[in-house]
Amino acid sequence: MQFEYFINGGDFSKAGQASSQFKKVLQQLNVAPHTIKRIVVALYEAEVNIVAHAFKGKISIELQPDLVSMLLTDEGPGIPDIEKAMEVGYSTASPKVREMGFGAGMGLSNIKNNADLLEITSIVGKGTTLKISVNLSKQE
Amino acid sequence: MKVEDLIKTLSLTPFTGDIGTSRPVAGGYTGDLLSDVMGHSLAGQVWITLQTHKNVMAVASLRDLAAVIIVNGLKPNDDMLEQAAEENIPVLGTYESAFDVSGKLFKLLEK
Ligand SMILES: Nc1ncnc2c1ncn2[C@@H]1O[C@H](COP(=O)(O)OP(=O)(O)OP(=O)(O)O)[C@@H](O)[C@H]1O
Ligand SMILES: [Mg+2]
Repeated sequence: MQFEYFINGGDFSKAGQASSQFKKVLQQLNVAPHTIKRIVVALYEAEVNIVAHAFKGKISIELQPDLVSMLLTDEGPGIPDIEKAMEVGYSTASPKVREMGFGAGMGLSNIKNNADLLEITSIVGKGTTLKISVNLSKQE
Repeated sequence: MKVEDLIKTLSLTPFTGDIGTSRPVAGGYTGDLLSDVMGHSLAGQVWITLQTHKNVMAVASLRDLAAVIIVNGLKPNDDMLEQAAEENIPVLGTYESAFDVSGKLFKLLEK
């Protein structure tokens, strides 16, 4: 099954909507709660990063019986130093975004901790792509 | 313990009325950074925070939290309450600090 969501940069009123919609799909398919949690945490953080840091983006999800593959591509500033961005506490979030409680610099590490695979590619001045996979067959 | 028991015992303001008050409470998590709560809270916990906007409800719903308690007498934004109703997750208020209400909740859940 394929799913697509479109994300607008800067629109915090809709941040998390795609993740929420996809969570409902997973619940309907009776995916184990622990696995849903891992997918949803990773997807939410990646979704919010598009809202917080990029101009616009697209989420494409492929759901297979044993695997969910999520591809998030955005048009935005890109990430100059991905290793640094992965560090807990590193954030370039604006003061306004931080005031809302974003910008702890924990999003990418949340994704890493919950995903079975995370690949980040980025071109500065162009955009960022995240490939995130979570195994569905894993026994809880 | 259910959310309605917390409302009574801790004299919380039920900003969302009866919504979700029968949800069971499994513990608590205190924090104001959304990705901290996203990464560290557990399903069924009550989230104690001073954040008052709609994105709190997105996190609470995605993490299956039992309720949100807003501290220091702060009031939730309208869009937060709308989202809370949609997600069926209660938003509660207290004039106490995050420390005090967390301590009380901790004691209550220990029993
Ligand atoms: N899609 C993106 N486009 C551009 N920069 C990004 C993107 N995603 C992450 N970054 C960069 O990586 C940094 C770290 O991201 P991470 O998600 O870990 O933390 P954050 O978004 O700053 O805060 P938090 O996720 O804790 O609210 C960001 O501050 C930003 O500089
Ligand atoms: Mg982030």
